[in-house]
Amino acid sequence: MSITVIYTIATLSAIGTSAAVILFFVAQKFKVYEDPRIDEVEEALPAANCGGCGYAGCRAFAEACVKEGDLSDLYCPVGGNETMNKVAEILGLEAVKKEARTAYIRCNGTCDHRPKTNQFDGATTCAIASSVYSGETDCQWGCLGYGDCYDACDFDAIELRPDLGVPRIIDDMCVACGACVDACPKDLIELRKRFPKDRKVVVSCRNQDKGGVARKACSVACIGCGKCEKVCPFDAITIENNLAFIDSDKCKLCRKCVPVCPTNAIIEENFPPRKVKKEEKEVSTAK
Amino acid sequence: MLKTFKLGGVHPPENKISAGNAIEVLPPPKSVFIPVAQHIGAPATPVVKRGDLVKTGQLIAKSSSFVSTNIHASVSGKVKRVDFAADSSGYPKQGIFIDVDGDEWVEEIDRSEELVKDFDLDGKAIIDKIQEAGIVGLGGATFPTHVKLVPPKGMKAEVLLINGVECEPYLTSDHRLMLEKADKILTGTRLLMKALKVEKAVIGIENNKPDAIQLLTEKSKTFEGISVTALKVKYPQGGEKQLIKAVTGKEVPSGALPIAVGAVVSNVGTAFAVYEAVQKNKPLFERVVTVAGKNVAKPSNFKARIGTPTEVLIEAAGGLPEDTGKVISGGPMMGRAVSSLNVPVTKGTSGILLMENKEAKRNEPITCIRCSRCVSVCPMGLEPYFLKVVSEKQVFDRAEENRIMDCIECGSCSYTCPSSLPLLDYIRFGKGKVGQIIRSRKK
Repeated sequence: MSITVIYTIATLSAIGTSAAVILFFVAQKFKVYEDPRIDEVEEALPAANCGGCGYAGCRAFAEACVKEGDLSDLYCPVGGNETMNKVAEILGLEAVKKEARTAYIRCNGTCDHRPKTNQFDGATTCAIASSVYSGETDCQWGCLGYGDCYDACDFDAIELRPDLGVPRIIDDMCVACGACVDACPKDLIELRKRFPKDRKVVVSCRNQDKGGVARKACSVACIGCGKCEKVCPFDAITIENNLAFIDSDKCKLCRKCVPVCPTNAIIEENFPPRKVKKEEKEVSTAK
Repeated sequence: MLKTFKLGGVHPPENKISAGNAIEVLPPPKSVFIPVAQHIGAPATPVVKRGDLVKTGQLIAKSSSFVSTNIHASVSGKVKRVDFAADSSGYPKQGIFIDVDGDEWVEEIDRSEELVKDFDLDGKAIIDKIQEAGIVGLGGATFPTHVKLVPPKGMKAEVLLINGVECEPYLTSDHRLMLEKADKILTGTRLLMKALKVEKAVIGIENNKPDAIQLLTEKSKTFEGISVTALKVKYPQGGEKQLIKAVTGKEVPSGALPIAVGAVVSNVGTAFAVYEAVQKNKPLFERVVTVAGKNVAKPSNFKARIGTPTEVLIEAAGGLPEDTGKVISGGPMMGRAVSSLNVPVTKGTSGILLMENKEAKRNEPITCIRCSRCVSVCPMGLEPYFLKVVSEKQVFDRAEENRIMDCIECGSCSYTCPSSLPLLDYIRFGKGKVGQIIRSRKK
């Protein structure tokens, strides 16, 4: 009996020892050197794995940071400058400072502004609806409202608004990863510069039809009249294909363009109420 | 036992309401919009400008490449403008607006009804005339016919199949054409045989059209090499590959053209258009359109000019019924709902269907229950439930591996799904994307 136990222990120990020796040499032979800094950088990243940086995830981004040896083309939109500074510190490099951005859906074609002319009865995703036809309204450029952007957002920064027919971005949650920009088949979403208190002045329209056609389809469509372009003191507004565009990097939030827009296509958000002139005030109180 | 294809297939209710109504010639409307892209391939280039006076049958847009066709004026009058306007997809497409003034035809067109059987032209001359007349496949796919008639190098056509199946419910335009223009269709078939240099042609007709089978069998005796085959009723027998399988028993390999098994398929409407083009010099500017629906006052088969607004056709059939849920251009299985009634009739419009609300509305989709009915009805032997999932999740390489490009978009899967899943919507989307990927890879 005891001899069996001894044999067993001896054999197993022999196998174990020889395997350990083999493994030791194999491990030496096939050793892959991995830069320890990759782990460090990964640790500093927000671990959202959103792909907003253009890489497959935070690990891939960390590998790229270490490998490139230069951070000028690399930026984590989720972590922002703070994270990039940390990464730069670990690697001993210089980080580029970028302004924080936020997404904006450039369509104000809510149910009140843009009447429905037909009903879609197919698979309810924007990608399919837009590949089949132009949409439930006469505006072929506007939001379809099925929420492909909502599905694409990993940060709960988009809320569906069935009452409006157009989703809305929640600025506090948005990290500007750009997933919604790629998901929108109508190319409505733009990453704009984030101003203090999330203030924004933006042309909330993508309709490139001629004025009359655009206006007929939607009461708040940009008709490309050019009034805003003339009034802008900073050359931030350009008109192309019957459509105005405000470059958020040039815009100084002076809001001169907002009242001149004949169709209210330019929207101001998160500003304190404008000072109402005396006469107007009287009229409004009389009402 | 009657012939049919083996794999899959469904039996939707036939509803051929307008089958007994003779083809009615619709007078030209007040104005037309003729899109320059009515066919598969490159859009034609307009050759008229604003203010030009055109006659019926005059060339107004020229074919821009080999896979493209000429477009002819379907009415006479003044060109209002050459502009973009919404087509059945709602997206603007280039086209020519013409204000109608009288109905003056180009002199070369022989307008008599007399049957001409003149087979002196050689194959090349026939193909040239077909190309000149802008003829495309009138079954709905609108592939330019002259391209089909020139087989790729190293391949030879052995048999010409004339598609008189008309397996889509409601549609009766081909049926009526076969009954009323049998001689002309047969003459057109002979011309196509000559162009293809084949000795044999088979006209395939489903068994629910016994009058057409009888008439064509009778008349085809005087035409050498043409025979008629009755086929068992099954949707989608009118699909090119399904018809070849049903008639010849040969299977077209995945990704290949029918010419790979020596077959060329043309619709009866195309054969008739070929007859008119070659023997009467008449370009393709009008076609037979079925206007039907359960509540339509006067279900009809109209011979309508290309560019006629859908509205005019509906008016002629007794107006839009009150509880119309959808207006479909094409058949109920493969056709598409139109988003506006201004959409013009094009070369591919075989029918305008006014579906009542109850029939038109899709049910609320629920989860897939894995019953695999879609797999058993797919005539191409695909797995629609799987293709739907990979298209939805945008895993396009898996879709390609599973032969998504073989899908003929017949809609049997969506029709049969007990969970009312819009399978075809997803698959069509995936197919479009995979097609793009394949094209970009070739570049």
